Amino acid sequence: MRRIGVFICWCGTNIANTVNIEGVTEAAGKMPSVIYADNYKYMCSEIGQSMIKEAIIKEKLDRVVVAACSPRMHELTFFKTAAAAGLNPYLVEIANIREHCSWVHKDKQEATGKAIALIRTAVAKAARNKELWATQIPVECRALVIGGGIGGIQAALDIADAGFEVDLVERTPSIGGRMAQLDKTFPTLDCSACILTPKMVEVASHHNITLYTFSEVEKVDGFVGNFEATIRKKARSIDLEKCTGCGICWEKCPSRVKSEFDEALVMRKAVYVPFPQAVPNVPVIDRASCRRFTREKCGICRKACPAGAVNYDQEDEVLQKKYGAIVVATGFDILDLDDFGEFSYGKHPDVLTSLEFERLVNSSGPTGGRLLRPSDQSPPKNVVFIQCVGSRDKSRGKPYCSKICCMYSAKHAILLREKYPEAQAYVFYIDIRTAGKDFEEFHRRAVEEYGALYLKGSVGKVFPDGDKLLVKGVDSLSGHAVEIEADMVVLAAAIKAKSDAPQLARLLGISTDTHSFFTEAHPKLRPVEAHTAGIFLAGACQGPKDIPETVSQASGAAAKAIILLSKDNLLSNPCVSEVNESLCTGCLSCIKVCPYGAVAEKTIEEKIHGKALKRRVAEVNEALCQGCGSCTVSCRPGAVNLKGFTNEQIMAEVDAICL
Amino acid sequence: MRFSYYPGCTLKTTAAVLENSALKAARALGIELLEQEEWQCCGAVFPLTVDEIAPFLSSVRSLAAAKDTGEKLVTLCAACHHVLKRANHVMKTDKDVCNKANNYLQLPDQYRGGTEVIHYLELLRDELGFSALAQKVKKPLTGQKIAAFYGCLLLRPPAVMQFDNAENPSIMEDFLRTLGATAVDYPYRTECCGVYLSVQNEEIVAGMVEKIINSALRHGAEAIVDACPLCHYNLLELQQKTTHGKLTLPVYYFTELLEEALGLEDRAEEKMAI
Repeated sequence: MRRIGVFICWCGTNIANTVNIEGVTEAAGKMPSVIYADNYKYMCSEIGQSMIKEAIIKEKLDRVVVAACSPRMHELTFFKTAAAAGLNPYLVEIANIREHCSWVHKDKQEATGKAIALIRTAVAKAARNKELWATQIPVECRALVIGGGIGGIQAALDIADAGFEVDLVERTPSIGGRMAQLDKTFPTLDCSACILTPKMVEVASHHNITLYTFSEVEKVDGFVGNFEATIRKKARSIDLEKCTGCGICWEKCPSRVKSEFDEALVMRKAVYVPFPQAVPNVPVIDRASCRRFTREKCGICRKACPAGAVNYDQEDEVLQKKYGAIVVATGFDILDLDDFGEFSYGKHPDVLTSLEFERLVNSSGPTGGRLLRPSDQSPPKNVVFIQCVGSRDKSRGKPYCSKICCMYSAKHAILLREKYPEAQAYVFYIDIRTAGKDFEEFHRRAVEEYGALYLKGSVGKVFPDGDKLLVKGVDSLSGHAVEIEADMVVLAAAIKAKSDAPQLARLLGISTDTHSFFTEAHPKLRPVEAHTAGIFLAGACQGPKDIPETVSQASGAAAKAIILLSKDNLLSNPCVSEVNESLCTGCLSCIKVCPYGAVAEKTIEEKIHGKALKRRVAEVNEALCQGCGSCTVSCRPGAVNLKGFTNEQIMAEVDAICL
Repeated sequence: MRFSYYPGCTLKTTAAVLENSALKAARALGIELLEQEEWQCCGAVFPLTVDEIAPFLSSVRSLAAAKDTGEKLVTLCAACHHVLKRANHVMKTDKDVCNKANNYLQLPDQYRGGTEVIHYLELLRDELGFSALAQKVKKPLTGQKIAAFYGCLLLRPPAVMQFDNAENPSIMEDFLRTLGATAVDYPYRTECCGVYLSVQNEEIVAGMVEKIINSALRHGAEAIVDACPLCHYNLLELQQKTTHGKLTLPVYYFTELLEEALGLEDRAEEKMAI
């Protein structure tokens, strides 16, 4: 005979308003094996927990059912409570009578009946709960950071400064990311490169950081504390050790292609460093456009290189490394504007995206920082900035706010006036959103000191009209249609997730939202953790963010990774699958359905009628098993069972509801 | 090549020029356009009510009749094309409206949007092909600088009309180049002509038309062509409002140029008449 105690929580009024607590307590007291039932206003509080502890000891309870909120919320709390009273935590069962009952129902009588049924179910399961013990898993004390923008850089530096080894993997030839493309940064107008470059150099020289540029993560196996990643170091065709970064190779290179770093506004060579402050300051050969590789001609760079660093035969290198934690900081892309034909983007060279504008005002950009029109290299007088191109646009773009455009457009309006005091900035906007420290003041400066004209309304059409651009829009405050003869139009294109974010998510086993941004474990309380333990998120890969926010989140992610890495051991979840070898037929369907590669086959020897027989059966690696239960449902003879959720327990629950 | 043909009321009255020239050109191109028997009004304006099916019914009759002959349904008036194409789209995609319309009409066969509606310009581009048309041009309009005016009805809503890129269309310019003319690119070619506002408030429409005409003139246009009787009316009649009766830029239907290029009509005489 079990001795089960049931504890019913009111959750203030959350449960008590819709569920008759006294009625439920009375009903629970009469359930089989229940020898104690009580309720309290807040079961998770200190007093509530003491109630449970006292009852466990006084009433000699051997199973506990807490009827309260979702186990996601407080299961751990009540596990600890039970453990403090000497009860194995896995003998505690939660009946969710809040999210599954009181919050979703209105009729008190019916909700009370349902709450009783849910408790009866939990009692039936609890009666069959067995003691389970978590095992210790050692932690690999090294972190992997994916993405070398400001988010990845900050996370890598923080983890490295805490004394742990970090591998920073960046896909492009240099770290720096989007921030390296920017000219000035809001709201202080300090030069982006000036504050970023020292951090890039610090990453390169930090004794705890290993930098893998021009590299990609191809595969990630394992689990929290014990990830195993496959990293492909793409062939740079230049020897990192020998190269001095003198630049002769790219001076001599005859192949020209559009520069990704300069948003295709100018050409780069086939052997190139993306920008002058690149880290490492070592070029790569872009084999897709190099004559040596496309036509088997040329070889000028090898001849020219005084250090003998050019190596056409270099091959990709594939590394296998183990990590305890992973920080994902892969950044964002800009929305493709093909669907926004009314703005003539791509049709007229003086219609630009904000990122292109950023390159044009940047002193390392195509015009050396002299803001000139791409069409005729003349300074612009009237510049129209159009906000929310694809943001807050359900039909053609993204429904969300891209968050940074209001601020960078104010910055662009200021930069325009600083370069050309006679120039006029017009900004078409839906709303101005400047929630951030010193942000509103910055925007007001653009309006009051730099004379930017803000027009609340949208633009219907940008006509290329001779060498000008005719912008037709509406000023909704005056109610008038407005026509502006502009020299340049700048579109604040929406921020979107990297197009290959879903692939990376699958590779890491983390989830994405409808817009392919990585999802955090909890939008408020666990904003830097992914749903998968041991993986943390930083920056715009999780949603549109500015630099200060990205850096804060990166430091947050780093702190979480450091907490994990500072533990010698992790407690494993004991709710894993086990195989009853005497029932296993060796069909191995469980291997096929296991998403974690945790099931393997093994041969066992048994004696039947004195004869030794060899037989194939399935075996679960408890360290790899995540307890998803796929194998249990695929097993035809019912030989696989998930500890804590055995077939017997589940059937008892079903019976308790149905019978 | 044989098609069902839906003319619509305007082509029999104020826009007879459009129909006459189009039919003449079609004959010369070996395209047979069979006017539907007992066609009825298209409905004139596409109904935006969601719960009312009556305005659809006359369009559905024409669409169903074309389906019975197994031919594509060719339209010429931009407004009729717009209404028929959109009504057909509703019949294809909205099961509820489709069922109601079928129940009401009690046609011998159920109609579920099977007819393909194409505009005369699409006929030239997609069925005949502009390169085949170029072969038939006898008197190329070489040296003539002509501005195309699209209006809205053929292009929007783009997802339903599927006529051309709604923001940066090219079908009329391609057509003009096929005839040997020089197509003038100017900002206002897809702007609004003022539509029915010319009945209520001529001043507003005159202002809109003036902008279109002046922009075309500034870019060197010698004539402007359109494909819509309403655009045509506004561009022609209201242009004269602001210029006190003088026509600064002649306005033609695209089919009139087609007729001329095929050597069927001499527009010079007409010009004199104006």
